[in-house]
Amino acid sequence: MSEQVLGHDEHDHGPDPQFLRRWITTTNHKDLGALYLWFSLLMFLVGGAMALVIRAELFQPGMQLVRPEFFNQMTTMHALVMIFGGVMPAFVGLSNWLLPVMLGAPDMALPRLNNWGFWILPFAFTLLISTLFMPGGAPAGGWTMYPPLVLQTGLAFPFLIFSVHLLGVSSIMGGINVIATILNLRAPGMTLMKMPLFAWSWLITAFLIIAVMPVLAGAVTMLLMDKYFGTSFFNAAGGGDPVLFQHVFWFFGHPEVYILILPAFGIVSHIIPTFSRKPLFGHASMVYAMSAIAFLSFIVWAHHMFTVGLPLAAELFFMFATMLIAVPTGVKVFNWTATMWRGSLSFETPMLFALGFVFMFTIGGFSGLMLAMAPADFQYQDTYFVVAHFHYVLVPGAVYSIMAAVYFWLPKWTGHMYDERLGKLHFWLSTIGVNLTFFPMHFSGLAGMPRRIPDYALQFTTFNQISSVGAFMFGFSQLLFVYIVIKCVRGGEKATAQVWEGAEGLEWTLPSPPPYHSFTIPPLVT
Amino acid sequence: MICMRMRGVMESTLVAAAMTGAGIGSAHAGLRYNMPEGVSEISRSVYSLHMAMFWVCVAIGALVFGAMIYSIVRFRKSAGAQPANFHENTAIELIWTAIPFAILVIMTIPAAGLLIKMDDTSQSDMTIKITGYQWKWHYDYLDQDVSFFSALAQDSNAARQLGAQIDLKSVDHYLLNVDHPVVVPVGKKIRFLITSNDVIHSWWVSDLAVKKDAIPGFINEFWTRIDVPGIYRGQCAELCGRDHGFMPIVVEAKTPEDYAAWLDAQHAAKAQQTAMVNGAALAAAR
Amino acid sequence: MAHASHDQEIYFVPQPSHWPIVGTIGLFLMAGGSSIGLNGISMGYYASLLGFAILVVMLFGWFGKVIAENLAGSYNAQVDRTFRWGMSWFIFSEVMFFAAFFGALFYARNMTIPWLAGAGSKSIMTHLLLWPHFEAAWPTNGPAALGGQFGTVNAWELPAINTAILLTSSWTVTMAHHAVRAGHQARTSLWLALTILLGASFLVLQADEYRHAYEHLNLTLGSGIYGSTFYMLTGFHGAHVTLGTIMLTVMLFRSLKGHFRPERHFAFEATSWYWHFVDVVWLGLFIFVYIL
Ligand code: HEA
Ligand code: HEA
Ligand code: CUA
Ligand SMILES: [Cu+2]
Repeated sequence: MSEQVLGHDEHDHGPDPQFLRRWITTTNHKDLGALYLWFSLLMFLVGGAMALVIRAELFQPGMQLVRPEFFNQMTTMHALVMIFGGVMPAFVGLSNWLLPVMLGAPDMALPRLNNWGFWILPFAFTLLISTLFMPGGAPAGGWTMYPPLVLQTGLAFPFLIFSVHLLGVSSIMGGINVIATILNLRAPGMTLMKMPLFAWSWLITAFLIIAVMPVLAGAVTMLLMDKYFGTSFFNAAGGGDPVLFQHVFWFFGHPEVYILILPAFGIVSHIIPTFSRKPLFGHASMVYAMSAIAFLSFIVWAHHMFTVGLPLAAELFFMFATMLIAVPTGVKVFNWTATMWRGSLSFETPMLFALGFVFMFTIGGFSGLMLAMAPADFQYQDTYFVVAHFHYVLVPGAVYSIMAAVYFWLPKWTGHMYDERLGKLHFWLSTIGVNLTFFPMHFSGLAGMPRRIPDYALQFTTFNQISSVGAFMFGFSQLLFVYIVIKCVRGGEKATAQVWEGAEGLEWTLPSPPPYHSFTIPPLVT
Repeated sequence: MICMRMRGVMESTLVAAAMTGAGIGSAHAGLRYNMPEGVSEISRSVYSLHMAMFWVCVAIGALVFGAMIYSIVRFRKSAGAQPANFHENTAIELIWTAIPFAILVIMTIPAAGLLIKMDDTSQSDMTIKITGYQWKWHYDYLDQDVSFFSALAQDSNAARQLGAQIDLKSVDHYLLNVDHPVVVPVGKKIRFLITSNDVIHSWWVSDLAVKKDAIPGFINEFWTRIDVPGIYRGQCAELCGRDHGFMPIVVEAKTPEDYAAWLDAQHAAKAQQTAMVNGAALAAAR
Repeated sequence: MAHASHDQEIYFVPQPSHWPIVGTIGLFLMAGGSSIGLNGISMGYYASLLGFAILVVMLFGWFGKVIAENLAGSYNAQVDRTFRWGMSWFIFSEVMFFAAFFGALFYARNMTIPWLAGAGSKSIMTHLLLWPHFEAAWPTNGPAALGGQFGTVNAWELPAINTAILLTSSWTVTMAHHAVRAGHQARTSLWLALTILLGASFLVLQADEYRHAYEHLNLTLGSGIYGSTFYMLTGFHGAHVTLGTIMLTVMLFRSLKGHFRPERHFAFEATSWYWHFVDVVWLGLFIFVYIL
C-alpha cells in the first residue's frame, strides 16, 4: 500500500522508526513544526552571536576587536539570519504545530510541500553563512542590499542573491500551505469568524508572504542582472535609478515587518484571555484590525525613504498613510487591555511574556509613529533611534511572542510541564536585559549616533556601554531558555489535556501530547 | 515647566543607571539624550514636532499602561478576582478608533506645513554642491570658484585603526573632525545640491535638522539658514561601505564678514596655487 | 484498506516522502553551482546543470506519485480543493513576481527618465549639472547611451503575430477543456497538441526576435534601461511559456493514457490556468513593452 487513507476505522500510523529517515522524509505537521522550531532556535543563537560581536565592538569607542568591513558583515548577516532564519521559521513552525490541532484537522493540507519548505531552509542558510569563510567575506551592504553599494560585494554576491531566492521559495511554500489548510481543513461548523485568532493572523500573514516574497525575488534578480549581465536598472547612466531598488525592496520590506508581527498578535490573543479567564474582547474587531493593517502595509513603504528626495506629494502621502497604521494597531492594544479588565488574572510564564509583549511592542509602536512624521524622520533616519524602534517591535515584540507561545503550548506538545520557577526567572532576566540593551539606543540615536558604524564619537560611550552589557545579559539568559525547553522535552510533571485552567480551543480537547495524526475524525464545532 | 522638570528627573535617573549599570565612573556633564534644538528656524520646528509627538505618545502610553497596570494589580486571581464575561462593546470600540484617528490628523497638520517649508529651496542666497565619495565629501561653491575635499582629520584617522594605542580623549573631536570644514555664512539661505560619485551617502548635520541622500546620477536639494555662528558636526548617514563610519561633516558658520574674509583667503590661496603651477609649467617648458 | 474517497469525513494524509529532499538538493546544487559559476569557475555551471537534472527527476517522481495516488482513488473532494487553492496562490505569487518588473518599467518610464531630463523644479539641477544633453524619450538607453544606438522591435510585426498565436492557444486550450468535460479523449489530445504547437511556435518566433534584435538592431541587455526591462520582461515571460508548454506536453501524454475523467482532471485544469496566466502576462507585455 503506497498511500495511506485515514478514516474512522484506521489505526494511527506512527513515525518512521529510523531516526534520520524519519526527520528527512517526514510529512507530519508535528515533526515539521518541531524541525522548524529547533532550526529557528539555532538560527536565533547564531544571529544573536553575531549581535554580540557587534555589541562587543561597540562597548567602547575605538576599534578593538574587528575590522570595519567585518563589522558590516556582522550587521548584515545578523539581520538576515534573525529575520529569515529566526523569526519567520519560528512562526511557520508554530503554524505547523498549531493549525491542525486548532482547526480540527489531521495534518496540514499539503504535507509533502511542507517538508520541502522546511528542508530548503538549512541548505539556503548553508549557502548564505558559507560566505563568511570566503575570501572577501560575507555580504556587508546591510540587510537592505541597496545598490550601488551591494554591487561592490565580491564572491559572496551570487550566494546572497540565490539564498534569498531559496528563502523566498521556502516561505511561499509555507504560505500556500497555510492558506490551503485554513481555507480547506477547518472542522465542520468552524466558520471563518469562529476561527481562532492565531489562524486568522496566519491567514493574513500567508497572504502577505505570497504577495511580497516574489517581489523581493524580483528585486534581487535585478541586482544580479545589473552586476553580471550588463543591465542598468539601478544605474542612472543607462536611464535607471538606484532609488528604484529601494522602492521595490520596501514594497516587500514593509509588509515583511508585519509578517514578523501579525502571528505574534494572534498568539497574544490566545494567551491573554486564557490567563485572564475571560473571553477575548472584540474578536471580530481584531480580525478587521489585522486586515486593515495588512492592507495599509502595502501603501506605506516609502516611509523608509523619506531622505532619498521623494517628491513632496509622495512624502505627504506616505507620512499620513503610515500614521494611519496606528489606528488598527491601537484597536488591538486596547482590546487586549479590555480583555484583562475585570478578569481574574494569573501570571504564569506565558502570560508574563505576553504582557511583556504588549507593553514593549507598544513602546516600539510609539517610536514607529514618531518615525512616521517625515520632517522629524530626517533627524531619526539611519540613527540608533531607528535601531531602538525596530528592536522593540522585533525582540520584546516578535521574539517574546514566540517564547510566550513556546511556554504556552510546550506542555501540550511534550506532555510535560516546564519548570515554572525557571521560566519566570528567564522572563525577568530577559526583560531587564532587553530594556538595558535597547532603551538607551533611543538616547544615543537622538543624540546623533548613526547606525551601521563600527566606532563612534566619545559622547555616545555611556549609552553604548549600557547597551552592550544588556545585550550580553539578554543573550546569555536565552541559554536558560534552551535549558528549560530541553528539560521539559525530556521529562517533568505530566500535563493534563486542558493544561491551563482558562484555555479554550480544540487543541485542549486532545490529550497532551496529541496523537501523531492530530484529528483523524473531524470534530464538530458548534 | 513640567516638561523641564521631567527632563531633569529623567537625566539624573539615566546617569545613575548608566554609572551603576555599566560600572563606569566618568561624569558626563553634558550627557545628550535628546535631539538638539539646533540653530535654525527649521531645526527648532522639527524639535517641537518631535517633542509634541513624544508627549502624545507619553500621554496615550500613560492611559494604556495605566489601565493595564491597574488590571494587573486589581484583578489578580490570587487576590480573589472573579472574571466578568463581557467581550464586546461597539460604542467604546468606535471611540477608541476615532480618537487616535483624530489625534493623528491633528498631528499631520504641523508636520505637513513643516515638510512643505523644508521642501522649498527657491530664493536662496548661495548654492553649494556636495558630492559624496567613498569616503570623503567634496564641496563646490557654485558661484564662487571655491571647491575642496573634506575628509576625516588625520589624528582621528590614526586613532581609529584597529589596535591603535592612542588615547581617544587626546584626539580633537574624535571621529567628528575633518581636514577642511565647509564654511558658510549665518543668516543666509543656503541651498545645497547633493549627489554622489559612487554609492549612496547621506549628508546629515543634526543641529541644522538636514539629512539628504547623495544618489549617484541624481541631484537632490535641501536648504538651511543658520542663526548662530559656530561649528556644527555631523556624519554620513547611509551605509556606504567599509569606512562609512569615518566620513564626518563639519560645518563652520561664520558671520557674513568673517565668511567674506574666508572666501577672499580661499581665492588668494587659489590664485597663488595657480601661479605656482603655471610657474612650474613654464619652468618645465623651458 | 478502505477507499471511501468521496466521503467528507475522511482525510487523506500522505506517507513520508523522499522527493522533497531530492528537490532541495537539486535547488541547492543549482543555486550553489550558479554562484560558483558566476564567480568565474565554470565547474559550477556543471553542478548547476546536475541540480537541474535532479530537480526534473524529482518533479517526475513526485508528480508520478500524486498521479498514482489519484488514479488509485485516494483523493477526495477536500484534496481536490486543496490543490485548487494551492495552484491559485502559486499563480498569484507569479503575478507578483512579474509585478516587480512591470513596476520597474513604469517607474523608469514615468519617473526616472523625466527626472534625468529635468522635468519639474526638483530635477532641473540633475539635468543641468549631470546630464545636460539628455532628453526624455522612450525607448532610451539613458543619458550615457549605454550599449550604443539601437533599434526596437516593431510591435505590429512579430509581436503581433505572437499575440495572435498566444490568444489562439488560449482558445485551443479552452476547447481541450470542453473536450475533457465531454469525455472526448481523442479530441482533448488533438486540441492539446494544437496548443503545444502554438506555444512552441511562439517560442521559436520569440527566439528569432531575440536573434534579430541582437544581430541587427543592436538591442541587447546592455542597452540601458530599455534593453534591461525589455529582456527581463519578455525573457521571464518566455521562460514561463516554456514551462507551460512542457506542462501541456505532460498533459498530452496523460490524456493519451486516458488519465482524465470528465469530472476529475485537475492537473489539466491547473495547466490551463497557468497557460491563461502566461497569456494575460503577454497581453500586458504587448501593450506596455511593445506598443506604448
Ligand atoms: C515587527 C516589525 C515592525 C513593526 C510592527 C513596525 C511598526 C511600525 N513601524 Fe517600523 N520598522 C521595522 C519593523 C517594524 N516596524 C524595521 C525592521 C525597520 C527598519 C528597517 C531598516 O531600515 O533596516 C522599521 C523602520 C521604520 C521606519 C523608517 C525609519 C527610518 O529608517 O527612518 C518607520 C517610519 O515611518 C517606521 C514606522 C512604523 C510604524 C508607524 C509602525 C506601526 O505599525 C506601529 C503602530 C503601533 C502603535 C502606534 C502602538 C500602539 C497603538 C496605540 C496604543 C494606539 C494609539 C496611539 C496613537 C494615536 C499615538 N518603521
Ligand atoms: C528579528 C530580528 C532581530 C533580532 C531578534 C535582533 C536581536 C538583536 N539585535 Fe538586531 N538587527 C535586526 C534584527 C534583529 N535583531 C535588523 C533587521 C538589524 C538591521 C541590520 C542592518 O542595519 O542592515 C539589526 C541591527 C542590529 C544592530 C545595529 C548594528 C549596526 O547598525 O551596525 C545592533 C546593535 O546593537 C543589534 C543588536 C541586537 C541584539 C543585541 C539582539 C539580541 O536580541 C540578541 C540576543 C542574543 C543572543 C540570543 C545570543 C545568544 C547566544 C549565545 C549566548 C552564544 C551561543 C552561541 C551559539 C550556540 C552559536 N542589531
Ligand atoms: Cu558615506 Cu556612509
Ligand atoms: Cu516600514
